[in-house]
Amino acid sequence: MNTMAEAIDKTTGAMSASELAGGIHSRATVGDFTVADPRMSCRDVDVWYGSKQAIKGVSLDIAQNEVLSMIGPSGCGKSTFLRCLNRMNDTIDGCRVTGSIRLDGQDIYDRSLDPVPLRARVGMVFQKPNPFPKSIYENVAYGPRIHGLTNNRTELDALVESSLRKAGLWEEVKDRLDQPGTGLSGGQQQRLCIARTIAVSPEVILMDEPCSALDPIATAIVEELIDELRANYSIAIVTHSMQQAARVSQRTAYFHLGDLIEVGETNDIFTNPRHKLTEDYITGRFG
Amino acid sequence: MTDPSVNPDTSTPRRAIDVVNASLKRRYAKERRFRLLGATAVGLGLVFVLLLFADIVGKGYTAFQQTYYRLPVTLSADLVDPEGTRDPRTLARADYMTPIRQSLRQLFPEVKDRRERRQLNSIVSVGAPQLIAEAVIANPDLIGTTSDFWILADDDIDMLVKGYIDRNAPESDRRVDDRVIGWIDRLEDEGRVAKRFNTIFFTHGTSREPELAGIAGALMGSFYTLVLALALSFPIGVGAAIYLEEFAPRNRWTDLIEVNINNLAAVPSIVFGLLGLAVFIGFFGVPRSTPLVAALVLTLMTLPTIIISSRAALKSVPPSIREAALGVGASPLQTQFHHVLPLAMPGMLTGTILGMAQALGETAPLLMIGMIAFIVDVPGGFTDPATVLPVQIFLWADSPERGFVERTSAAIMVLLAFLFLMNLAAVLLRRRFERRW
Repeated sequence: MNTMAEAIDKTTGAMSASELAGGIHSRATVGDFTVADPRMSCRDVDVWYGSKQAIKGVSLDIAQNEVLSMIGPSGCGKSTFLRCLNRMNDTIDGCRVTGSIRLDGQDIYDRSLDPVPLRARVGMVFQKPNPFPKSIYENVAYGPRIHGLTNNRTELDALVESSLRKAGLWEEVKDRLDQPGTGLSGGQQQRLCIARTIAVSPEVILMDEPCSALDPIATAIVEELIDELRANYSIAIVTHSMQQAARVSQRTAYFHLGDLIEVGETNDIFTNPRHKLTEDYITGRFG
Repeated sequence: MTDPSVNPDTSTPRRAIDVVNASLKRRYAKERRFRLLGATAVGLGLVFVLLLFADIVGKGYTAFQQTYYRLPVTLSADLVDPEGTRDPRTLARADYMTPIRQSLRQLFPEVKDRRERRQLNSIVSVGAPQLIAEAVIANPDLIGTTSDFWILADDDIDMLVKGYIDRNAPESDRRVDDRVIGWIDRLEDEGRVAKRFNTIFFTHGTSREPELAGIAGALMGSFYTLVLALALSFPIGVGAAIYLEEFAPRNRWTDLIEVNINNLAAVPSIVFGLLGLAVFIGFFGVPRSTPLVAALVLTLMTLPTIIISSRAALKSVPPSIREAALGVGASPLQTQFHHVLPLAMPGMLTGTILGMAQALGETAPLLMIGMIAFIVDVPGGFTDPATVLPVQIFLWADSPERGFVERTSAAIMVLLAFLFLMNLAAVLLRRRFERRW
């Protein structure tokens, strides 16, 4: 909270409107959206829901071992953009995606590409904890089992344990793995969902407001977990909480009405926003 | 509240809570009225159901008993098995009516006149010898001995013993005249008349004679028909629902299909009977009046019900479960079968059991495909000629003999028991699926 307040103080104090690049009406992305060695790279992505355009020409890279946060007012398209990254939008009728989204150089919207293995490589954690109505063990074991990641029960047991350990849930549930996953508390459920996601060894993890349904203590645990996961995965996280973005991410992207307005180092975005809309949003003038 | 005489305290404005309090009484009264209305509706419904059950049981319970005479019957070897082979086929074809008549003649030696004798013989059911034959085949040692047999009474005597015939009515208005009543009273005084549990009703097919008519044929017919209809309509219905709800593209064609399915659910059932007659029997040559063709017709009839309820069940599964499964890389089919279907199963089962209950009680379409035929044998398979319970009830209700009145009610009881067992099975299945959170 303290750093945030300082950041806001500095922004309002040090910046004047004339210094903001492009001016308020420009919708071109401010800042460098590329990274040196991108894990995922998106270029000129447009998304339509029927005739309504939800995402307008967004280009953005996600680097290895970084947490990229996406912020912006409700309805700005950040969740829509996130769901393009593992083709979750395929399930929505009338959703159309153009432009290119590449994972390790391969276009994920290529006709020949199967979205099923893609989703094993790009895992997702949802806004509302959604464990399967099965046991805790089955929740974690389901992914490895359908993909055939383990050869026998011992290996599966070990994978379930290591996934739950990585998600920081093992100590709390090790004695009741056969209990329903839906019987856990909200924070535990969300960590169970994270364990389920990392059990299939994804390369990228997408998180759609993972803490919006959690209390502050559970949020702190999950944020700590995100920081630890960064060592092995690339993480893109959508959040409504600017404090959370500041705490967990290295780079931040600000979306506004389907445009990617500004992207940059998290520190720079919060201390030194270059676009008027970004500044207005993080100083709380709207949104 | 502008009138100071009504509200003298005009200086302070009326607070919102006062307005709320003033309206509370009216709101509660409204709620009470509504509750009363609901309770009355439930009460009325219950009264009518009870009346229905009381009427059916009251009329039908006597059918579970049947009048028999205990008569000493001498099975002489000359009559039954003249060659002494004890071959079951010979024993089955032997004349057992003569020994029964001899026994009656010994009990009523005063009956000499030929007409009277024929009348005396008629107090025994034409099916009585058959029951002795079965006993002799089971135990050939009875041949050459005299032993007491329970001899099945004719249906008119059965009605007399059960008190359905008014003894005070003029003789010409009764099915049983004074002389016969005299004989029966004498037999009763000797302790030779008894009402015993009516096993024939549960083990035999239908018959022209009420005392020989049983429900087993129709029961087995209904059983085979429903088993086959369930085996066909459940997978087809659930499969269609999954495809339409989860996989089919949303376009003009699927809209058209959806409208048609909804309309089919409201088509009069006899139309399905005509369709079955034309398509299954006329075109495909499926044998008529068999459980096979009945099941095909009933499958067509229940499919819309099952599809509609299955789709509703699929719709009620939260989308977050689908997202979760897709998110870890399950294929759409795996998502359906591992996650969505188990959650939708209770709702699907409810729809299926509704459809099956409807099929069990369906009469009209089955009349079109020959299930109304008079079939005495109990069917032993899907392609044997058969009838079903509701059609059997319809046929018995149409019969003039007094004995069929109680059998009609008894058959209705059997039908309701069948329905009850089916629903019980569905409830148990539902509970088993719901336990799997």
